[in-house]
Amino acid sequence: MSDNYEVVIGLEVHVELKTASKLFCGCANLFGQDPNTHTCPVCLGMPGALPVLNRDAVALATRAALALSCTVHSFSKFDRKQYFYPDLPKAYQISQYDQPLATHGQVTIRTEAGPRAIGIERIHLEEDAGKLNHIGQRLGDATGSLVDLNRAGVPLIEIVSQPEMHSPEEARLYLTELRTVLSYLDISDLRMEEGSMRCDANVSLRPLSYTGSLADLPRVEIKNVNSFRNVQRGIEHEIIRQRELLEQGIRIVKETRGFDDAAGTTYSQRSKEAANDYRYFPEPDLPPLVLDAVWLEDQKNQMPSLPEELRHQLAAEGVLPRDVDVLVQDRALYGFWRQTVAIYPDVKLVTNWLLSDYSRHMNAKGLSFDNPGVSAPHLAELLALIEDGTLSGKMAKEVLESMFATGESPQVVVKRLGLSQITDHEAIRLIVSQIVEANPAVVADFLGGKEKALAFLVGQVMKATKGQAKPDLVNALLREVIASHV
Amino acid sequence: MLLSKEEVLHVANLARLSVEPSELEEMAGTLSRVLEYIDLLNELDTESVSPTSQVVEQHTVWRSDVIQDSLSAELATQNGPQVVSAMFVVPKILDGGGQ
Ligand SMILES: [Zn+2]
Repeated sequence: MSDNYEVVIGLEVHVELKTASKLFCGCANLFGQDPNTHTCPVCLGMPGALPVLNRDAVALATRAALALSCTVHSFSKFDRKQYFYPDLPKAYQISQYDQPLATHGQVTIRTEAGPRAIGIERIHLEEDAGKLNHIGQRLGDATGSLVDLNRAGVPLIEIVSQPEMHSPEEARLYLTELRTVLSYLDISDLRMEEGSMRCDANVSLRPLSYTGSLADLPRVEIKNVNSFRNVQRGIEHEIIRQRELLEQGIRIVKETRGFDDAAGTTYSQRSKEAANDYRYFPEPDLPPLVLDAVWLEDQKNQMPSLPEELRHQLAAEGVLPRDVDVLVQDRALYGFWRQTVAIYPDVKLVTNWLLSDYSRHMNAKGLSFDNPGVSAPHLAELLALIEDGTLSGKMAKEVLESMFATGESPQVVVKRLGLSQITDHEAIRLIVSQIVEANPAVVADFLGGKEKALAFLVGQVMKATKGQAKPDLVNALLREVIASHV
Repeated sequence: MLLSKEEVLHVANLARLSVEPSELEEMAGTLSRVLEYIDLLNELDTESVSPTSQVVEQHTVWRSDVIQDSLSAELATQNGPQVVSAMFVVPKILDGGGQ
């Protein structure tokens, strides 16, 4: 970036927790339902209705905090964050303010310059708001909105990073690693396009001559970004915009900006400098949350292996460093890999096939490793057919393509396509003899020392067997047959 | 303790209330008297009372993650002044706010 400024980025990530019911009531926590079919007096904000905390939401939030190396506090409490908005029926959101569930965590990103820890300031529990469906194309043109409160009261954790990222790329690495870690906990769907993972980015440019506190720098918050790619684009655009203003001597205004996907730019949403006056106060309807050591231990015992541990494990099993990252980053891919290796334990072969041909066919069909189309046992079976000589590598690729197209097992495809290498020595020897008989001049060339002549003969045999003979076997038999002719 | 006109305007703005400039002076006075009344609490001797954010001596009241019946969409939206496609209709949002 520019020499005169240091880019300072902090990220706030909201993650919806995958509980059965909402955070403070028994309504089902489900996405994509008919509007307002999952509400009750509590999540509608009816007077007199009382919230009761969902124990599992606390458990999932605690596991997230532990996985991100946070200190989980034995005492935390809930507060009301007050603002008016049509998706917020109570006119306040139940959140945690000055005594959150957890603080002081970290996410380790792997940059080109090596690993770097990005601090996590805090993780707190809060309820989600409802969903507004704008009538009209964009918020700005909307003539009104339709409110669906199915999402109101769904449990969220907010993960607030320290302002310790210095480039859009670092922000992307942080989000990717954060999502990877959380995916292994299985606490959320983590789908940005469905809103189960959301990200706001705080961006400021610190003049290198500035020695004051970071908190006093004018900060721009980019909201409502719907993909990792767009978080990166939004930050990129914001850096350029702010630098242009600063270089013209114009002061940066603290504001909230939205991201315009089509234009790749940010636009001002709220620019009043002191607009955020949420008047937090302790939620009188909810007593504090006290977590004892036994409960915390219990959560620790329910933690799965985390990405960092898995990376070490895979490296020890002989997976190449560049493949380790790819395998671990997608939990479903990693699970599929494990399953395949358990049946067919050639780590290198499984990895190569999974990351190349297999992934290519799967992606082409628009599938993912959650439901990839060809099962791990079928892939393992295919690889075993290469090993026992039934299929050449080239044939196996053809079989795999057909397996993706039809969903059949490799054995069935091999039979149907009439594939399989001719490994019967006598059958090939017969063909080899015929080719040798038919090409006396070429054989003479070979005997005269022209090694290339043999390649021609191999080609002829392969042609005669429609490619179903093993080339190295053909080669050996040719030498044998020619030698016996002399 | 007297509230300034600016403070009254700020509070009114947060509460989405429109206040006429001519009303500011009177409101500053009446609101100040409410605050003065609450100031009475300062006369209590709280030397031996530790600060708390809760008055009930309970903690960690929670429930199992079990789904219970929700209201029907019809019942849930029956108080809405205008309902379209089982959703509450609200006017155009001017400031793009939200949390
Ligand atoms: Zn409810």
